[in-house]
Amino acid sequence: MDSITKIKTENLELFYGEVQALKNINLDIKEKEVTALIGPSGCGKSTFLKTINRMNDLIVGCKINGKVIFDDIDIYGQDIDIITLRKKIGMVFQKPNPFKMSIYDNIAYGPRIHGVKKKSSLDEIVEKSLRKAFIWDEVKDRLKTNALSLSGGQQQRLCIARALAVDPEVVLMDEPTSALDPISTLKIEDLISELKKNYTIIIVTHNMQQGARISDRTAFFLSGEVIEYDLTDTIFTNPKNPKTEEYITGRFG
Amino acid sequence: MSTKVKDTILSLLVYLSSFLTICSLVAILGYILWNGLGALNFNFFMELAPSIITTLLVIFVSILISVPIGICAAIYLHEYAKNKRVVELINFAIDSLAGIPSILYGLFGLVFFVITMKLNWSILAGSLTLGIMILPTIIRVTQESLKMVPDSFREGSFALGASKVTTLLKIIIPAAIRGIITAVILSIGRIVGETAAVFLTVGTVDKVPDGVMSSGRTLSVHFYLLVKEAIGPDAFNQAFGTATLLIIIVLMIVLFTQFLFRGRND
Repeated sequence: MDSITKIKTENLELFYGEVQALKNINLDIKEKEVTALIGPSGCGKSTFLKTINRMNDLIVGCKINGKVIFDDIDIYGQDIDIITLRKKIGMVFQKPNPFKMSIYDNIAYGPRIHGVKKKSSLDEIVEKSLRKAFIWDEVKDRLKTNALSLSGGQQQRLCIARALAVDPEVVLMDEPTSALDPISTLKIEDLISELKKNYTIIIVTHNMQQGARISDRTAFFLSGEVIEYDLTDTIFTNPKNPKTEEYITGRFG
Repeated sequence: MSTKVKDTILSLLVYLSSFLTICSLVAILGYILWNGLGALNFNFFMELAPSIITTLLVIFVSILISVPIGICAAIYLHEYAKNKRVVELINFAIDSLAGIPSILYGLFGLVFFVITMKLNWSILAGSLTLGIMILPTIIRVTQESLKMVPDSFREGSFALGASKVTTLLKIIIPAAIRGIITAVILSIGRIVGETAAVFLTVGTVDKVPDGVMSSGRTLSVHFYLLVKEAIGPDAFNQAFGTATLLIIIVLMIVLFTQFLFRGRND
């Protein structure tokens, strides 16, 4: 398989103060694939995810060494515009976090801050984004109602639509279904499989079956290191590292 | 004692406390309105017009001075300041300021604004003094309401590429607006009720002010003078009338403020 590399990390290390949370991470994330990050709690998978759109910048005392190369540019290099970076690399969080405003305004928030003003363009973006996130039919008649009145699963699809509205190339998802019921989870999984036709997706998941179902490649994290990274089929059927096998078969974690 | 008995005793205590709270409120309000409503008529209103105008001006100017500064300070302390130690120190200073008796603010205002800055007894001198006095309330209440804004809102906004300023103006402040309004209303309450500090800085002149540089007599000061110093059979009735008017004004301001921001973040 000769897919194009979208994101590449080189000797990536991350420290919270004195504590090292990521050790020597070297990963090649392929374009228009779903990459799953799995591992026990506190293994650094969410931390790793947040280095990709520099959300860790918000944490005081967080220090990063090494490189994260996105489309041939080191995002921790000089002259990097974080606003543009985050426009290209969207993020969906563990807990649905729609803003306290209408469904329409939630979706239009991103495009508006990036300079889209025309009502007709905004209308078009809102509809397109909601359709892409499979939620248009459920909300098209009540775009002006507060987004917080939606169910948890709908809120999460709204958040995915919100991320898509700024036209990203990569979507990071941090355990996007962990707060949702099984039916909503299934809808989001279907959505992810659909989205990978156009977007590169990196998803952190606690649910190994989910990882196996939806991802093309899987990275197994343990204590801040990547123990194994391979095609998902290989990781789940024929892991090379005994620790991966132990985790996959549920012996710890 | 069985759990059930403890439960009953506790709920009785809770009910009793809320009952007493409501009773005292109703008793005070009822007493004032009972005695004061009779005094209200057109002539009385015209007589008090200078005080009403002075009171409204003092509220307006104090809020104008204090609210922007207080909100900005709270935003700095909660959203920008990185050094937790320094924030704690500043918060301690703010809490100490809140505990100072108002007459000391009055004394400071008299010495600093009225005499040193040569503002004389004026609405401006009083508003500056009151502005400092209500600053701790505004800062602390705003800080608390900013704390109530979930971090997930901030993250969501940043993850879309929003800058810190955009996130503040479009997401954080709208989500905290209820608390900020509460801060303003609490401050208005303190300004309206303040006597000592106003007495020392705005003065007691009973005439319609022709600007912020003129002296005046607020309703609270008028009330104080009526009760404490006026002679005549009618003084007490007038005092109750003034108190009633004060209550009505505060009520109207609160309703108006809530009307302005109706429907926000429900």
